[in-house]
Amino acid sequence: MQRNPNHTTIVRIEKVIVETPTVHTLVFSDEIMSNVLPGQFAMVWIPGINELPMSVMISKESGKAAFTVRKHGPASTGLFNVKEGQQIGIRGPYGNSFDVKDGKLLLVGGGTGLVPMMRLLTFVKPTDDVTVLIGAKSKDEVFFEDLSNNLLENNSHRIIVSTDDGSYGEKGFVTDLVEKLVNENHYDGVYVCGPEIMMYKTVLAANSKKIFVQASLERMMKCGVGICGSCCVGEDLVCKDGTVFDGEYLSQNKEFGIFHRNKAGILENY
Amino acid sequence: MNQLLYSKLSSLIKVEPSLETSIGQIQLERPVMLASGILGISLDVFNRLYRSGAGAVVTKSLSTEPWDGYPNPTIFSVNGGGWMNAVGLSNPGAPNFAKMIESNQEVPIIVSLVGSIPEDFELMIKQFKNCKVKAYELNLSCPHVAKVGLEVGDDPELVKEIVTTTKNSTNVPVIAKVGLGTTHYLKTVGTAVESGIDAITAINTVRAMAIDVETQRPILSNKFGGLSGTPIKPIALRCVYEISSKYDIPIIGCGGISTWEDAVEFFLAGASGIQLGSAIGDNWIHIFDDINKGILQYMRKKNYSTIKEMVGIAKKS
Repeated sequence: MQRNPNHTTIVRIEKVIVETPTVHTLVFSDEIMSNVLPGQFAMVWIPGINELPMSVMISKESGKAAFTVRKHGPASTGLFNVKEGQQIGIRGPYGNSFDVKDGKLLLVGGGTGLVPMMRLLTFVKPTDDVTVLIGAKSKDEVFFEDLSNNLLENNSHRIIVSTDDGSYGEKGFVTDLVEKLVNENHYDGVYVCGPEIMMYKTVLAANSKKIFVQASLERMMKCGVGICGSCCVGEDLVCKDGTVFDGEYLSQNKEFGIFHRNKAGILENY
Repeated sequence: MNQLLYSKLSSLIKVEPSLETSIGQIQLERPVMLASGILGISLDVFNRLYRSGAGAVVTKSLSTEPWDGYPNPTIFSVNGGGWMNAVGLSNPGAPNFAKMIESNQEVPIIVSLVGSIPEDFELMIKQFKNCKVKAYELNLSCPHVAKVGLEVGDDPELVKEIVTTTKNSTNVPVIAKVGLGTTHYLKTVGTAVESGIDAITAINTVRAMAIDVETQRPILSNKFGGLSGTPIKPIALRCVYEISSKYDIPIIGCGGISTWEDAVEFFLAGASGIQLGSAIGDNWIHIFDDINKGILQYMRKKNYSTIKEMVGIAKKS
């Protein structure tokens, strides 16, 4: 029988991978989640703690998927602290996905925004020329660099890491690199996920060169199915209309890159 | 040639049915509204829902101050049908909300209010003095937040005071949304009617819960929540029928409506308008247009030109 995506399925965490001091990847077995498209997300229930939207991470093993979480608020810290053998609930997958173009691609990920990028890398063709930009605060917080290299071993590719403090890779904000790269090269597709300001600047840079760009947005969510309205960005609901939006469309949005809503639904500046 | 003439003539004679409806003084172009608590957080979304076919949008229930609501899980889909929620009435507060909708001219907005004492409602209505408000809907029936909603609706004296105070605070029509509490809802309706209410919305979600058998704990963070969606439709329909049989008061039917047949059932039971919410979780916002089209087709088939003609018809049989 087909599983109803809105019904919570309980899965057991089989492995916890420590990516950085603040980022864990939790691996579990689930055929449906192992096959989601890049940009899609699940609602993840940590029993007794909270439920939060998570982009679905790939696993090296077939039939398995994962969540890569940075501890931040009560919900994400609750998920971060989940140990091997513990049970969590998942529902979904929800949302749309990236439109993966052929040719020269630029992927930009900040922090756990790299998760949909890793899944996107499993969809590129061997003929694609792929550049991955990894943004992190410092050396300690860099992850998925090796994974990106492994996933792209059959492609012409480049992995560039930039850290805000310059402790590893290039020094500075990843968006400065984006601007430089789109000024010097033509890309067939630019894909970005990470902090909203980073996505905003990436979209602006690509739009200014008329390069196809898509961003996977993150918002506070309660339902994930278009009922609660918590995740609205202008007239769009990130859960139903996104998470992936075209850059050209986003440039018309009054809230993208400027506001998000708090738990009460009040607009707050980034 | 004759055939062409005939079809032209018959199209002139046959009146195209209209979806316009009046719920007492509340005039709407279309009878299907967005129920309170659903998506009601931004004016841009309201505009989109209106364009999608909603006759009016009811806002999330607003309180005097902003409320964060409960932690997740707050909403989930019930195995077997329907939705359960305990969002906890999260809302930006009446003052913030009023500011947001000040620029609105186009969308018929019904402002839902929640409070504990009459003064809360009086204070909130003042916030909307510069806004175009189609009606106020008093939330006397939210089943999962203490000191407001159903706890207020269950207290006849408080209902009387709140309705009287609200009616004295505004010339805009005031609706009371009732639900299934410990006081019989018909008594609550009676109190509201005696106190001068303009219309009744029936019903709210029904207090309920669910437990996950694997992890052996209640799923909602608040443990208890409200059940909505198709499982409560027959209950809501029964309530509308009972209210319209007992009181001469305009009614808005609400509870599990997800098809045009459901909508028509509520009209036949005595509702002049309907609200929906859970169906959006199952069918997204196309639901408004689908239901509008279905109602129109039914009206053509049954030869009705107005919604009014079918309101309460089922009571005659």
